[in-house]
Amino acid sequence: MSKTIVETGPRVLARRGFLATAVTLSGAAVALLAGRPGLVRAAEAGSADAAILKTALGAEYNAIAAYGVGIDSGLLGAGAKKLAATFRDHHRAHADALAGAMRALKLEPIQPLAKYEFPVEQLKQEADVLAFAAGLERGAMSAYVGAIPLFGDRELARAAASILADEAMHWAVLRNALGQEPVPEAFFT
Amino acid sequence: MMPSLLLAAAMFAMPDGAAIYERCLACHTLAHDAVGPRHCGVVGRRAGSVPGYAYSPSMRNSGLTWDEATLDRFLAAPTTVVPGTLMTYAGVPDPAERHALVAWLRQAAHDPELCH
Repeated sequence: MSKTIVETGPRVLARRGFLATAVTLSGAAVALLAGRPGLVRAAEAGSADAAILKTALGAEYNAIAAYGVGIDSGLLGAGAKKLAATFRDHHRAHADALAGAMRALKLEPIQPLAKYEFPVEQLKQEADVLAFAAGLERGAMSAYVGAIPLFGDRELARAAASILADEAMHWAVLRNALGQEPVPEAFFT
Repeated sequence: MMPSLLLAAAMFAMPDGAAIYERCLACHTLAHDAVGPRHCGVVGRRAGSVPGYAYSPSMRNSGLTWDEATLDRFLAAPTTVVPGTLMTYAGVPDPAERHALVAWLRQAAHDPELCH
């Protein structure tokens, strides 16, 4: 499989203005994550909650970069491009909430990678881009389903569940756009 | 029931490893590192040994080598088997699903068409 390296990190970092807005948009989640007594415990080096936040933030950065590739691919019509931009903004808001939680833990949030690799040579038409995005969202659903039971702090788990719900909606909308059954099962793991 | 029908029934009931792998896609791909390390070549590889990937010290020092048994054990409860791993995921509790996932990885992660 040939690979394409996409430089995305600096662009993400350059969007701090937007992210400042996202703090407001995701204020409820950030407020939920900040100032909790459990965070003091979680702030201890090597805590499970800190590791979960770190991994989740990395996954959100990955999604932001992937949507950027799709948006810039030239393969999306106006409707799909708007949808992708909206979902990318959601992931940016998730990332900012998670970074805020890490700061509340007195931890330095991880930064986006300097380079992301995606199999863009496989993207030939709009449906390919939407299917690629749907795959990432499906994975994100499972990542949060698998992470939520591990949180020591229940408020962090609740905030993660809020993100999970959003990403599940992304997946369903993308499947619908692809002509697939939007919600094919009653349970997901 | 005829043996062939029994086999067909068993195959129908067998979890689809590729579908289970979809759960991993937010963090992993076969061919390149992402949030997690690439999976190409994973079976037979020492844990924490993909060059350039920033593993947790716990994973680097786990002493594990990935084979069917260690993958099965790890996937059942990653943070229990390797405390401190960045794979902060509760695991795949269903043994049949783990078996299907590992079987799929054995094939796909060593497929020259997918991994070159």
